[in-house]
Amino acid sequence: MIQLDRVTTVQNPPKLVKVVLTDRKRRFSGVLPPIALSIVIIVIWETISASLSGSRKFLLPTPQSVVIHGLLARDAYGQILPSFVRTSVLALGGFGVAIVLGMLVAAVMYRFRWLEKAVFPYLVALQAVPILAVAPLMAVVFGYSFVAKGIIVVLIAFFPIPANFLLGLRSVDAGLDDLFRLHRASWWTRFWKLAFPNALPQLLTGFRISAGLAVVGAIVGEEFFQAGVPGLGIRLLQYLQNVEYNRLYGALILSSFLGIGFYLIFTWISNRVLRNWHESAIQQGT
Amino acid sequence: MKTIVENGAYLTAPTSMPSLSFEGVGLTYKDGTETLQDINLKVGRDEFVSVVGPSGCGKSTLLKVASGLVEASQGTVVADRDRLGYVFQDATLLPWRTVASNVGLLAELHGVPKAERERRVQEALELVGLSSFADRHPRRLSGGMRMRASLARSLTMDLEVFLFDEPFGALDEITRERLNDELLQLFLTRHFAGLFVTHSIYEAVYLSTRVVVMSPRPGRIVAEFNVPFSYPRGPEVRFSPEFAQLASSISSALRGAE
Repeated sequence: MIQLDRVTTVQNPPKLVKVVLTDRKRRFSGVLPPIALSIVIIVIWETISASLSGSRKFLLPTPQSVVIHGLLARDAYGQILPSFVRTSVLALGGFGVAIVLGMLVAAVMYRFRWLEKAVFPYLVALQAVPILAVAPLMAVVFGYSFVAKGIIVVLIAFFPIPANFLLGLRSVDAGLDDLFRLHRASWWTRFWKLAFPNALPQLLTGFRISAGLAVVGAIVGEEFFQAGVPGLGIRLLQYLQNVEYNRLYGALILSSFLGIGFYLIFTWISNRVLRNWHESAIQQGT
Repeated sequence: MKTIVENGAYLTAPTSMPSLSFEGVGLTYKDGTETLQDINLKVGRDEFVSVVGPSGCGKSTLLKVASGLVEASQGTVVADRDRLGYVFQDATLLPWRTVASNVGLLAELHGVPKAERERRVQEALELVGLSSFADRHPRRLSGGMRMRASLARSLTMDLEVFLFDEPFGALDEITRERLNDELLQLFLTRHFAGLFVTHSIYEAVYLSTRVVVMSPRPGRIVAEFNVPFSYPRGPEVRFSPEFAQLASSISSALRGAE
């Protein structure tokens, strides 16, 4: 048996090479495709940019030009980096509030089913409210302040957290619930030791979705209010008006980096928390 | 202290009674489905009673009623709910906890201090042979090991009554037979009163002092067999003519009930 194995390996070296390759492939499989795609996008961008006629060239500066003049030039990053930080703080702040409020709302709905019936339709309705229509009202109530922008962030990022958390709380295995009841665990014990950890995968999915939405909310909020310390949203409008397209694209790239960064951070946290027990984290092998 | 459920209400009972008893117990759901009918059954310490019956006859429900998870609509159930263990069909382990932490769960729920809890966990893990897997998470265990962890969890408590709801039903035959032997070992050392629900007549005969046959829904007890073999029972018992004969009588009682 053993000898047969050895013979196959020796006679069939390509098989061995293939194994090594798959191993390496697995390690980079999460990184390589996006990098490859980004190269393709840059090439397409470059081509389109080069094909534009002289008078329209300003609409799409080349990638190098965006990086050099829009991001790396001293006065460019001197302006845009503080804006980046500002928007990050706004998004994180609103996101934090959305997490706390969302989890509380879900926990209360879980505790009192009749409250779920009463509240949940409004949570769904909240999704449908056009935020830009609410923004002027926010401005009247809270002024053109950080808080007003924060509320926009919360409104946009809120829903996935209570919705996912509640789903997780409700999906406790009936046998486990029986076990806890049999040993007369109180509601609190069942919540902390059973329902809450059980809901972690869904809750963390909610976090990942909301994190991206929070960035969108922060930029939308800034673009609407256009007051206070300028964040990325304000810069975007400003560059557009001043026809500073290098910087405009630079700010757009930073905005998407912020969204991707948020998403990656929470994906990482999620995989850390769940890696020992949940399929979603185990399959990714993080 | 023993508690009695009478039409759903728990009462206190004198200690001379059997560890678990059903008297005229019936269960009818609100929609009118009659699940259990006039169940009379007593299980004392050092008795191991298996319940066999067609699927859907209410065997599992019988355990739920015994544990108080479901209230009987007629009759009386006597059991000490504080000293009652329940081994479910699945291992019902918390996937986010390690084996040791899972095994310690019941002691934790009952407020046993940490040091004492750890001592009991270690002891229980040794009993089921899982000591070296204490730090693993359940998903990295085989089905048989998970079931052992589930057993160990109940062994951390000083239990008088043990309810088993087809605990080995999902396991392969070899693992199942090994766990049967381990369970018998525990039964002989712990002296509990066991009520064991199973699909397998052979398993029932091998483990039990008595085998009870239930009819299809609404579940009634239609036959009771005493198992004459003495403990400890070795695997050779399974191949004795008496074993085959008893299994065949139970099998025909089961067919007669259908």
